[in-house]
Amino acid sequence: MQTAGCPVADTILSVDNVTMQFGGVTALSEVNFGIERGEILGLIGPNGAGKTTCFNVITGVYAATSGSVTFDGQPLAGLKRFQITKRGIARTFQNIRLFPDMTAVENVMVGADANHKTSVGGALIGSRRHHREEREGRDRAMELLTFMGIADRAGDAARNLPYGYQRRLEIARALATGPKLLCLDEPAAGFTPAEKQELMDLIRKIRSQGYTVLLIEHDMSLVMGVTDRIVVLDFGKVIAMGSPAEVQNNPDVIAAYLGVPDDAA
Amino acid sequence: MSLSDTFKTLTKPAHAVSGIGDKISELPRVSRWSLVALFIVSLYLMPWWPEVPVLGWLVDTPGTSFEGVITDKVVIYVLVALGLNVVVGLAGLLDLGYVGFYAVGAYVVGVLSSQHANLPWLVCVPIAVAVSMLAGVILGTPTLRLRGDYLAIVTLGFGEIIRISANNADWLGGSRGISKIAKPPNIGPLKFGILDAKPYFFLGLTVILITVFFLRRLENSRVGRAWNAVREDEDAAELMGVHTFKFKLWAFAIGAAIGGLAGTLYAGKVRFINPSNFPLQLSILFIAAVVLGGTGNMWGAVLGGAVVAWMPERFRGFADKRVFVFGVALVLVMVFRPQGLIPRKIRKERWLANWKPSQSGDADSGVSRG
Repeated sequence: MQTAGCPVADTILSVDNVTMQFGGVTALSEVNFGIERGEILGLIGPNGAGKTTCFNVITGVYAATSGSVTFDGQPLAGLKRFQITKRGIARTFQNIRLFPDMTAVENVMVGADANHKTSVGGALIGSRRHHREEREGRDRAMELLTFMGIADRAGDAARNLPYGYQRRLEIARALATGPKLLCLDEPAAGFTPAEKQELMDLIRKIRSQGYTVLLIEHDMSLVMGVTDRIVVLDFGKVIAMGSPAEVQNNPDVIAAYLGVPDDAA
Repeated sequence: MSLSDTFKTLTKPAHAVSGIGDKISELPRVSRWSLVALFIVSLYLMPWWPEVPVLGWLVDTPGTSFEGVITDKVVIYVLVALGLNVVVGLAGLLDLGYVGFYAVGAYVVGVLSSQHANLPWLVCVPIAVAVSMLAGVILGTPTLRLRGDYLAIVTLGFGEIIRISANNADWLGGSRGISKIAKPPNIGPLKFGILDAKPYFFLGLTVILITVFFLRRLENSRVGRAWNAVREDEDAAELMGVHTFKFKLWAFAIGAAIGGLAGTLYAGKVRFINPSNFPLQLSILFIAAVVLGGTGNMWGAVLGGAVVAWMPERFRGFADKRVFVFGVALVLVMVFRPQGLIPRKIRKERWLANWKPSQSGDADSGVSRG
């Protein structure tokens, strides 16, 4: 069950002994886990367990107090946030953080630009690369919007999109950066059960395209239904790790996360 | 609410406004280009506007020569507003010391063409633009790590540092300033002298048009998108792979270069500069021009710059109350049209109408990892 720490050839991301302290508060304590290439890993835990902090350490928003994060065989320490994105980790946000006054397609194109190189010089002279990258960015953006099922509102400002569209637009924007690992921070927050089901299907579809997915989620049924493995955090510590079925029946998890045994199912 | 937050509420775009621009761009290509050409020609005819019946009464500046107003102030302010709009409107960086770059541009021309050398104006201009740009990079490198109000305060200081340094440095002419600055070279029938201001106007207008042309290219590129993303949400932009610092520095450098360019035009026209030409108040007025016109909209900046430059002269009839009238006019615009005269618009993705998936097959096939 314990896969973390041991360098498996196919571990795309490994979090090794990561501790994160804010002043006197220890948000993460000696956290160890790994993500296998091509899997959907769920990261769950009660409120304040350190899930989003863990996300923030992986994506470079915070520098870990100690420990290390290795992605695709390379340590991420010292890299700037945009460099980590370019290495192949993309994320969405728990609270939607789109570029509200930009159109949906422009939002996605910003993501696609992570793979582009045109800068001021190329744009000023209207270089061939500029034109090629604009065209590629548009095509990529429209493909992703179509894939996410929101292409009908491609030309609307992100702020004017319905909530469900905004959530999916965030995923499209993250996918546009061309990630190897996609980190979704509560992508189904605020969704109806039907919308959640749709999103689950979509996440599976994303995985079947060859992406690895790290999913933070509160909704147990969503986590159980879609993930291959689950890591459970509580008070900044990994208390359980394993398949959904294993985790579901783990007494520590039931005690810490679900509170009363009756709710375990 | 912090200063920069207040400021950000001013930069929200208007919704569902179908502007003249949209109507024009829906016209067939030929009529569109003829309209644009006609507009540009009418701009070049601006020195003669006061002679047109109704328009003349509207725009003419009593007590001052209209020609003088548009050459000494309007073209300069418009150019400055265009540059400042890149920094403030596109990238969302509140720069309260923009006059500093304008002063650097003017002083480089002064120093190289009069104070310490006798280079021709045309040779000084590229040097001045490069030096202003360098000043932008030097100021930006340490300060662009700051955000919001802190950046505003530091840039405010920068503007003052430039002015006070010029005042105290004898080799910059001290408080006496620099005189006998070179003028632009005569181009054919255009003689840059004291008698006729028109050549300066034509020169300024041409520089503005060229600047607009290149700024449009930047706006419609990866660079413009990165600037907008930074303005909307800097953290999210960085996490989506935007090298935010690099693009902020570019915005600063380009803004500074345009500010410096405006300074060279100013120095070439008035041919005498001293530190009191570059007060803090001018920085504020430049910001007012951008905000009044419409932060983040290039045409708004152009209009704002023109209005801020021209209006106090138009109100000369009010004698010593003209600045008051000008102030009231600014306040009224901000009350009734807080987004500015020509607000920033949500981008129209015209190509969407014609977009077709470039690969055949279902959409799913297109998104897999390369």
